[in-house]
Amino acid sequence: MTLEILTPETKLYSGEVHGVQLPGIEGSFEILEKHAPLVAALGKGKIKVLKTKSEIFSYTIQSGFAEVLDNKTTVLVEGAAE
Amino acid sequence: MPGQLKEVRNRISSVQSTQQITKAMKMVSAAKLRRAQDAILQMRPYAQKLQEMLSNIVSNIEGGADIKLAAERPVEKVLLIVITSDRGLCGGYNANIVKLAKQLVADKYASQFAKGNVTIWNLGKKGYESLTRSGYKTTGTYRDIFLNLKFENVQEIAQAAVKAFENKEFDAVDIIYSEFKNAATQRFVAEQFLPIPKVQQKKGAKKADFIFEPEQDKLVAELMPKILNTQLYKAVLDASASEHGARMTAMDKASDNANELLKSLRISYNRARQAAITTELTEIVSGAAALQG
Repeated sequence: MTLEILTPETKLYSGEVHGVQLPGIEGSFEILEKHAPLVAALGKGKIKVLKTKSEIFSYTIQSGFAEVLDNKTTVLVEGAAE
Repeated sequence: MPGQLKEVRNRISSVQSTQQITKAMKMVSAAKLRRAQDAILQMRPYAQKLQEMLSNIVSNIEGGADIKLAAERPVEKVLLIVITSDRGLCGGYNANIVKLAKQLVADKYASQFAKGNVTIWNLGKKGYESLTRSGYKTTGTYRDIFLNLKFENVQEIAQAAVKAFENKEFDAVDIIYSEFKNAATQRFVAEQFLPIPKVQQKKGAKKADFIFEPEQDKLVAELMPKILNTQLYKAVLDASASEHGARMTAMDKASDNANELLKSLRISYNRARQAAITTELTEIVSGAAALQG
């Protein structure tokens, strides 16, 4: 699936990934291939991008939103750091 | 005569050094303008997606959303956020924004102003100075945000305004800034910030079967402040690009004017030089003639 991470200042990440873990305000969750359409608010925490099953990197964020539609995940975040 | 010559020469060198400064400022503004434009481009996808998400959510709510920040109430206390620059030498840029702010107060908020209920927050020193001098109530001033333009700093201001609106310190918030068109033209606009203008259910919004996490109402409540942050951030970015554009044009004009001034100074310099030579020659010739005679 494709993942896009946007901040007001720049595009943090864009590309094909295996999955992504997101810090929802009501608990952390993971999005994998062919997830159902979803809109979620994100709280303070870590976004873990699973580029492949073993290659992982992460960003810490203050807050944000995630939308999943047609196998494409868009994450809008504020206050992101590596 | 030699005294006059020296005077003109001094003027020429002083105009030349001023021109060097204006030329340098023009180059610097051009570079900064490009960066400011880049920042606008970088921000655009984020802002678009945010709007899209909002309309997706709102379209999936039956009967429309109930949004607290969009609630209109009788307008008694008004806040204006005026975005100007911290520095001068940018033509009529700041003056025009201040003019628009005053006009808005006179046209739209005259009765509130008479009661002293119009407050102004200034982003940028120039607007603060000029509006304070004209006797407006200017409380919050934010300086140096353009020096290091960061989303976090702008977000703080937006959130402060939202908080004041929620606490009913203000019933309406407008922002006044200059929208960036191109380097030479700016459009000065006053935009309603709070209460949030009604969200339309767009036709293009996708009617997918979304899972909402948490439920829509809470999502909208979370989303709204973000949209306001982005709106103010966009205004600030636009203002910064406009400022550099305005300064670039002003400095370009100044350099041109210096060129013209130099041209006419050179002519008068040459004329004075020529006159001095002619007098000297006449003196020599007549002196020689007197000796011969």
